[in-house]
Amino acid sequence: MLHSTLFYISAIVMLASALAVVLSRNAVYSAILLVLTFFSLAIMYLLLEAYFLAVLEVLVYAGAIMVLFLFVIMLLNTTREEAMPKLIQLQKAASLFLVVIFIFGILLLIVGGTTELHQAEVISTVGSARALGTALFTDYLLPFEAASLLLLVALIGTVYLAKRKM
Amino acid sequence: MATIVKSYEPTFWDRLYIPALVKGLMVTIRHIFKKKVTIQYPDEKHIPPEGYRGLHRLNKFDDGRIKCVACEMCAAACPSHCIHIVPDASPWEEGKERYPVRFDIDLLRCIYCGFCEMACPEEAIELTEIYDFADYTRESFLIDKDGLLEVYEMTKDENFYLREKENAA
Amino acid sequence: MDGLSITVMIVKVLIVFAGVMIGVMAMTLAERRISAFMQDRLGPNRVGPKGILQPIADGIKFLMKEDIIPTAAVKPIYILAPAMLIIPALMTFAVIPFGQTVTLFGKQIALQVADVNIGILYIFALTSVGVYGLVLAGWSSNSKYPLLGGLRSSAQLISYELAMGLAAVSVIMMAGSLELNDIVAAQQGELFSWNICRQPLAFLIFLIAVYAETNRLPFDMTEAEQELVGGYHTEYSSMKFSMFFMAEYANMITAAALTVTLFFGGWDIPLVNEVSLGFFGGILSVMAFAVKTAFFLFLFIWVRWTFPRFRYDQLMRLGWKVLLPLALLNIIITGAIMVFTA
Repeated sequence: MLHSTLFYISAIVMLASALAVVLSRNAVYSAILLVLTFFSLAIMYLLLEAYFLAVLEVLVYAGAIMVLFLFVIMLLNTTREEAMPKLIQLQKAASLFLVVIFIFGILLLIVGGTTELHQAEVISTVGSARALGTALFTDYLLPFEAASLLLLVALIGTVYLAKRKM
Repeated sequence: MATIVKSYEPTFWDRLYIPALVKGLMVTIRHIFKKKVTIQYPDEKHIPPEGYRGLHRLNKFDDGRIKCVACEMCAAACPSHCIHIVPDASPWEEGKERYPVRFDIDLLRCIYCGFCEMACPEEAIELTEIYDFADYTRESFLIDKDGLLEVYEMTKDENFYLREKENAA
Repeated sequence: MDGLSITVMIVKVLIVFAGVMIGVMAMTLAERRISAFMQDRLGPNRVGPKGILQPIADGIKFLMKEDIIPTAAVKPIYILAPAMLIIPALMTFAVIPFGQTVTLFGKQIALQVADVNIGILYIFALTSVGVYGLVLAGWSSNSKYPLLGGLRSSAQLISYELAMGLAAVSVIMMAGSLELNDIVAAQQGELFSWNICRQPLAFLIFLIAVYAETNRLPFDMTEAEQELVGGYHTEYSSMKFSMFFMAEYANMITAAALTVTLFFGGWDIPLVNEVSLGFFGGILSVMAFAVKTAFFLFLFIWVRWTFPRFRYDQLMRLGWKVLLPLALLNIIITGAIMVFTA
């Protein structure tokens, strides 16, 4: 009872704020609403007893990445509502294509996916810090290292760009 | 002649900064236990040193005659023209034949320079150690002869604030 | 959940909340009094005996003050920002164990509001969220000094969060758990089993990072009254202004409690087996925890009134070029020792 109430509340908040992120014309409002979306997502994780994921969601996305976003928005000072440049036709087509693929993916999951994967008992065994660490360093070692390499490349790129300006 | 300035090269010990930080912390903690310099004003009062220039007074002889002879030297010396004297013949048999009928000082104009004190040939006007005579109206800062004599009564024996402290104790 | 455990839960929440709020009040007075003593002054000593009612007088004064909202401010965010700062600040204390488990009414009661199995990450997550309050307060004021304060705070907090997190990682490695109870349990027993003896470098890094995280001198770049007037809260007045200060002190209390939990054995008293003493041991453990936390709170004040402020580039250099490599080195050393001694 309590769980389902919390679920519906956080789901509604999440969807509403996510929609508002896209629709808001003020970049700072969008950023704050995105943080709200992350928080309600974290509550979802909590309801699934994936505490580790919930905290990481807040720590990494809300606590670090969105702060940097906000930092940039504040520096650019885009508070004034600027006339949006007309979307290029190609962008419209691309977004439509992505939406179709996304909906298709969700439908595929609902129809063909295994239901037991989404039960709290399973997720709490998968989503704990220990299970996640073990998975990362055994089964998914190669993707993990590839991701770290990608970050390193990005880091070097940033340093190069910053140094060149000096 | 040019001086050679030898710049200070920090050693490894200095570069750690932690010993210096601890040293700084020790300084502040020592001060916690030191005697405090605060004087909690209305409860305890600062006792001004000898020669402090505060509220004025008019001195009297032991038999009650005013020392002032109304020569108006003080009024002439006063840079802010705050002393106003009305002279008349002295009512007393002995002593000088002049005395002030009125002796008014505008305390708001006075700058407490002490020139009047120095100019006085009879050592009649003096600045006392009284520094807290706040009030609400401008009129209350016009002190007359009686007021000045009253100040003399208050301050003639000993330091005003020392006595106040003894009375409180 | 039966009725009794819900009651116990509510009582615990109330006790911790009241404890933190009273701590905040005490800290505002302590800060003023101790800073005065350090400068050979007396400080506020008029309201109540020895001035102990001063925080109440301050509170009344804040309530009576006019609440000004600048015309150019972004109103909704301007109003929301102090709340966004104080809510995480008050929430963090929930996972800190402030005493050993006591038995009351035939029930085992853990002296901790929420026993989360990722307690330390929960604290880091909430402290990182607290940045929004500062940044948005600075931005929404629509004034240059608050904006600069907000920008500085966001950069500073993100930089020092890394060093703080990495310093805590070595402690987590020693305990083998993210749960604060396990970290406390791992430090019990011998005389030198506290993490301060095992991890002195991590403690130092953590302590420095904590000062930056709570925006205290020598790292109070966000306020920096001499250069930024008041930083992010320049435009604020009345109760909103005081909320920033309540949040700052609440953060300090949590930070001190966390330092105690991670490095000073939490509620542990060395060489005393609190569990064998029963209920009395529980009270003793709470007192030990309070004394240790009070010491670190005193250290906060002590440091503030001793050291001058860092320059902004020095702050960043210290964070990224000194503390971060040291923390990484510490993790490697800890890992190596753990592997070789295992």
